Amino acid sequence: MLDDFFMRALVAGIGVAIVAGPLGCFIVWRRLAYFGDTLSHAALLGVALAFLLQLNITLAVFTVSAGVALALLMLQARASLSSDSLLGLLAHSALAIGLVVLAFMTWVRIDLMGFLFGDILAVSTTDILVIYIGGALVLGVLAAIWRPLFAATVNRELADAEGLNVDRANFIFMLLMAGVIAISMKIVGVLLITAMLIIPAAAARRFASGPEQMALLAALIGVVSVVGGLYGSLHWDTPSGPSIVVAALVLFILSISPLANLIGANKPARPVSDES
Amino acid sequence: MLKKANALVSLSGAGIERSGRWLVRGVDLVVEPGEIVTLIGPNGSGKSMTAKMALGILKPDEGVADRRAGLTVGYVPQRIAIDWTLPLTVERFMHLTGWVEPEEVDAAMEATGIANLRHAEVRTLSGGEFQRVMLARAIARRPDLLVLDEPVQGVDFTGEIALYDLITEIHKELGCGVLLISHDLHVVMAATDRVICLNGHVCCSGTPTDVASSEAYLKLFGSRAASTLAVYEHRHDHTHLPDGRVRHADGSITDHCHPGDGHHGDHAPSHPPERSRSPETGREA
Repeated sequence: MLDDFFMRALVAGIGVAIVAGPLGCFIVWRRLAYFGDTLSHAALLGVALAFLLQLNITLAVFTVSAGVALALLMLQARASLSSDSLLGLLAHSALAIGLVVLAFMTWVRIDLMGFLFGDILAVSTTDILVIYIGGALVLGVLAAIWRPLFAATVNRELADAEGLNVDRANFIFMLLMAGVIAISMKIVGVLLITAMLIIPAAAARRFASGPEQMALLAALIGVVSVVGGLYGSLHWDTPSGPSIVVAALVLFILSISPLANLIGANKPARPVSDES
Repeated sequence: MLKKANALVSLSGAGIERSGRWLVRGVDLVVEPGEIVTLIGPNGSGKSMTAKMALGILKPDEGVADRRAGLTVGYVPQRIAIDWTLPLTVERFMHLTGWVEPEEVDAAMEATGIANLRHAEVRTLSGGEFQRVMLARAIARRPDLLVLDEPVQGVDFTGEIALYDLITEIHKELGCGVLLISHDLHVVMAATDRVICLNGHVCCSGTPTDVASSEAYLKLFGSRAASTLAVYEHRHDHTHLPDGRVRHADGSITDHCHPGDGHHGDHAPSHPPERSRSPETGREA
């Protein structure tokens, strides 16, 4: 079954969606969409370094993304720039340095589009193995830090005061994000990873009554998006990564449409004055 | 010498500095098991900050904060905004920072009168309901120390009495230490053992005066409220002027005011807080 490139892509995509759903919920809850973008842009620098130093691409991407996350933490504590400016600075300089480094390596001929938007043909059995082993690891660790991480998402000081190790949970969460980016890059590409993280989570919101439920639903919606997107891309001959994101978007639009009320969605968001 | 072996939390000479300014300084505070300590002071006087130092959320830039090892804390912060993106029912909220036995959850929800809200989404609650949910969550943990940051804010007078009665009852049942922060400078919970008045530093501390025996206060509060509330009489040896400077009893004016500056003979860190000042009206001598 895995001989067929389409089946391989399907299996790999489903694996990524299952991991991206729960993690994406935290990105939505914590308003980290731009942060996710920054880490995934940095992934291209990881790709360039992998070619330069003859390293495993997934490992190099993970290392560079984690490094950028740490750099961001340190800069936030010190620099006088606002967070979003720092994020933009890091995201685009990492992307630019990656592209420049790749251009210097004239002996390397790579399909840049494949890294930017994902490459369905490039998924190998090894990639599937990496996605499922790496993904299981990410989900296992996420389950282990779930309580402190979620409590700190609701209120950091409350979690801190009642004895949970918030700093450790936040730090591990950053590593998990870097891990997800590393394993999902091949499926949707560095420019669209954040979409894979936040759109299924956003679509799950109206149907969920608890955080754990929302995480499961996000994974499920992600899986449906991957299946729908890949079949769509096969049928209409469109690029795979963008097709998956479009499929997720369609599900999100359905989730906020009146149709969703038929299957028991919560009331849509009403503007609540934000006190903080 | 303020630090006692069995104290739940203690601060000695603790202070927080932000960009060269001491927001609060020289705070001594001890909460012992079963004791109710009320922190009062005007807005911006450093009450919440002091509580956060005691809880370990903020590290004091000066002085020491100690907590008993293995202390179970129930914390009700001043305010929490729950984002719409967070699906969170009251029931799930009760287990936020740790697993709590279902019987404890039931009992806490019963005691705070929110049993009917079990499946409600937290962000749809009214201010008063949310305050009670927060309290229920904190007590379901059966804490050794309950820290309440302005639990009665935004609650009307009757609600305030009811909430204080509830806190007193919970305190009696759990036998926990309570650190209560109140913005009211003169009226405190009657069950309070000790009041600490803050304004960037400890201005004074002492025991509240029982009002139930006083005709005038009975008239003012009503008989039901009078058994719940007590009056705290301030005895400051200095006055905080509107421009932030401080006038001392000896008439001198300084920019700052903190223990050990020579103006606070009776509030220096080495002195234990006075426990009873007015035996003729006090609840206990």
